[in-house]
Amino acid sequence: MLSHAWIIPLLPLLAMVLIMFVTHRNRTISSALSIAAVGIGFVYSWIIAVDIWTFPAVHRFSIEWLNLGPSMNIPLGIQIDGLTAMMLIVVTTVSLMVQIYSLGYMHGDPRFSRFYAFLSLFTMAMTTLVLADNFFLMFVSWELVGLASYLLIGYYFEKQSAADAGKKAFITTRLGDLGFIVGLLMLYTACGTLAFDGVFGAVESGTLGGGYLAAAAVFLFMGAIGKSAQVPLHVWLPDAMEGPTPVSALIHAATMVVAGVYLVARSMTIFMAAESAAMLVAWIGIITSVMAAGIGLVQNDIKRVLAYSTVSQLGYMIMALGLGGFTAGTFHLMTHAFFKALLFLAAGSVIHAVHTNDIREMGGLFPKMKTTATTFFIAAFAIAGIFPLSGFWSKDEIVAATLGHPIFTALTLLVAFMTAFYMFRLCFLVFTGKPRDQHKFDHAHESPRSMTMPLVFLAVLSVISGWIGLPWLTHGFSSVVYHGHPHHAEFHLNLALIATSAGLAGIGLAYLMYYKRSLSPERIGAALPGVYRTLLNKYYVDEAYDVLFIRPYYAMCRGWFWFDQNIVDGLVNGTGAFALGWGRFQRWFDETFVDGAVNGIGRVTRGFGLVVRHVQTGQMQNYAFIIFAALVVMWLLR
Amino acid sequence: MHVEIGLSHYLALSAIVFCIGVFGMLTRRNGIGVLMSIELMFNAVNITLVAFARYVTPVEITGQVIAAFTIAVAAAEATVALAIVLLIYQHHRGIDVDRINIMKW
Repeated sequence: MLSHAWIIPLLPLLAMVLIMFVTHRNRTISSALSIAAVGIGFVYSWIIAVDIWTFPAVHRFSIEWLNLGPSMNIPLGIQIDGLTAMMLIVVTTVSLMVQIYSLGYMHGDPRFSRFYAFLSLFTMAMTTLVLADNFFLMFVSWELVGLASYLLIGYYFEKQSAADAGKKAFITTRLGDLGFIVGLLMLYTACGTLAFDGVFGAVESGTLGGGYLAAAAVFLFMGAIGKSAQVPLHVWLPDAMEGPTPVSALIHAATMVVAGVYLVARSMTIFMAAESAAMLVAWIGIITSVMAAGIGLVQNDIKRVLAYSTVSQLGYMIMALGLGGFTAGTFHLMTHAFFKALLFLAAGSVIHAVHTNDIREMGGLFPKMKTTATTFFIAAFAIAGIFPLSGFWSKDEIVAATLGHPIFTALTLLVAFMTAFYMFRLCFLVFTGKPRDQHKFDHAHESPRSMTMPLVFLAVLSVISGWIGLPWLTHGFSSVVYHGHPHHAEFHLNLALIATSAGLAGIGLAYLMYYKRSLSPERIGAALPGVYRTLLNKYYVDEAYDVLFIRPYYAMCRGWFWFDQNIVDGLVNGTGAFALGWGRFQRWFDETFVDGAVNGIGRVTRGFGLVVRHVQTGQMQNYAFIIFAALVVMWLLR
Repeated sequence: MHVEIGLSHYLALSAIVFCIGVFGMLTRRNGIGVLMSIELMFNAVNITLVAFARYVTPVEITGQVIAAFTIAVAAAEATVALAIVLLIYQHHRGIDVDRINIMKW
């Protein structure tokens, strides 16, 4: 059964091809094809998951693909273990929910079929990524996923900001991919193969180690930094919100951005063998987490808040992995995917209703959009880590992973506090209180069933998905998705209490500031103007990049342009001018000497003739004389 | 001194006459004068022929026969030449051979 898992990526690929070439004009069939493809994948993923759950094992199937020589054999293979099964569930579930949601959200869009084609492309690439059994195939699908992201971010390409955002995403992640490639090359050089079992075997046997391994690990991680929007390559993700909201939910919350986390998780053997690299990973994770959470506190665009929240939560996962918490990081990946996707889709529902992203124009929407609001609140409680929702269990595991590193623990709890705060700031500002824009409020209405059903489904998952990781289960998440060996999750009551209180404190502060209005956000902002402005402007990172990299780059480009216009073209034109002059010289030479010679021969002959013709006088006696003279000469000479 | 008139004297005479004929042919301006010189050349050749026939082979009269032929041929040739000169006179109104040069370039 598992050996046919390759149809999970194949079906969306077929759907995409069919939509692109055959069913383009028919929206219904296009969307139906796409949803059917991912739906079958969804069912299959659950079958695989149940299989792996009951019999945890690693399955590998591969066929030969690229044979570039005796030692350069790149197979096309899939690997299915606990991690793969979990990722497949996440990817196909969220993809299916997003595709169903898009029926309502993208209704009436002129490029409806194309949207579904791109979604299918993405689904194909992402499932291939998690199924791959070697780094090469993973990298290829990694790039394809980036392509799909670019296409979808720039979906409304008539808008300059959207087109720019697509480019920004692609270029920024490409920078990370540069490191990724270097890492791959290092691995290949040392191990002679890019298959997971080959590489990890080399690490475990000690063939690959020391500084070389650490360097390779850091380079690989650079790819993750780009793709998962960690500092310093986090700048593309907030801009990516220019894309349609279903895209934000699918790609920039639940699936593509976790590709970096997946990479680190999959390569856990490498990172655990290179201590320094792992610490780097952990530090980047927590720094990203804190920075992004800070920005999220003050943003006024609902999608931006969620975007920064995603960056922050990804930082959590990366940090956990860096500290060795494989199960913690991957568990949070799963629960986060569900409630973050839900948050985005619900936000999309709100945006659809009030036609604005700005929360300053919203307010009091609860009675108008009960389903959306309820599911949003559920997700908010989940992300804040409130018992017994999924977020509680995964966040607890993450905090547990930081044990032994007090700085990390403290910062993690700080982020938990900030996360709860900004999420509930959103909740209260959007759904409670008095509407700030009456006109928009009057037009608001609940979204159609195609949009609210996925919300409900994801809300259910946000509640229960954590329960497979319950510490009291004998056969729980950590027995299936693990690194090294299966283990039991532990429950630290004191940690759980501290984390929950951090979350409740955040909720409480948000309640006071935005619901009861006992504390004024404006006053706090006015008291710390520098802090407020820095956070609002995202620590001016984009501006710094502009000055440090973009402007010098453009200057250099202008320099090269000048070089090309003046020197290169000057050379080329100069060569042309020189050839022209040489041609003229040759023409003069030809006319003067060659033609002169030829004409000269003619003239000489003519002149000679003019002279010699006088011999022919026509006078008979002259001729007779010559005859006699010749006779005499001949007689004399004889 | 009594010198026998021998072959050499006749040959010398013939040569002198021939040369006079050549000279005349080459230098006479008058067309008839040229023809007369040509006749002289013919006669000189005749003298040579007969002289050789008389002194070298007195028995055979080959030379004299050829001389007779020559005289006949000379006569025919003179006729034709005179006809040509007549036509030239009709055309050019004069028989100055220096003026007849239309066969030049």
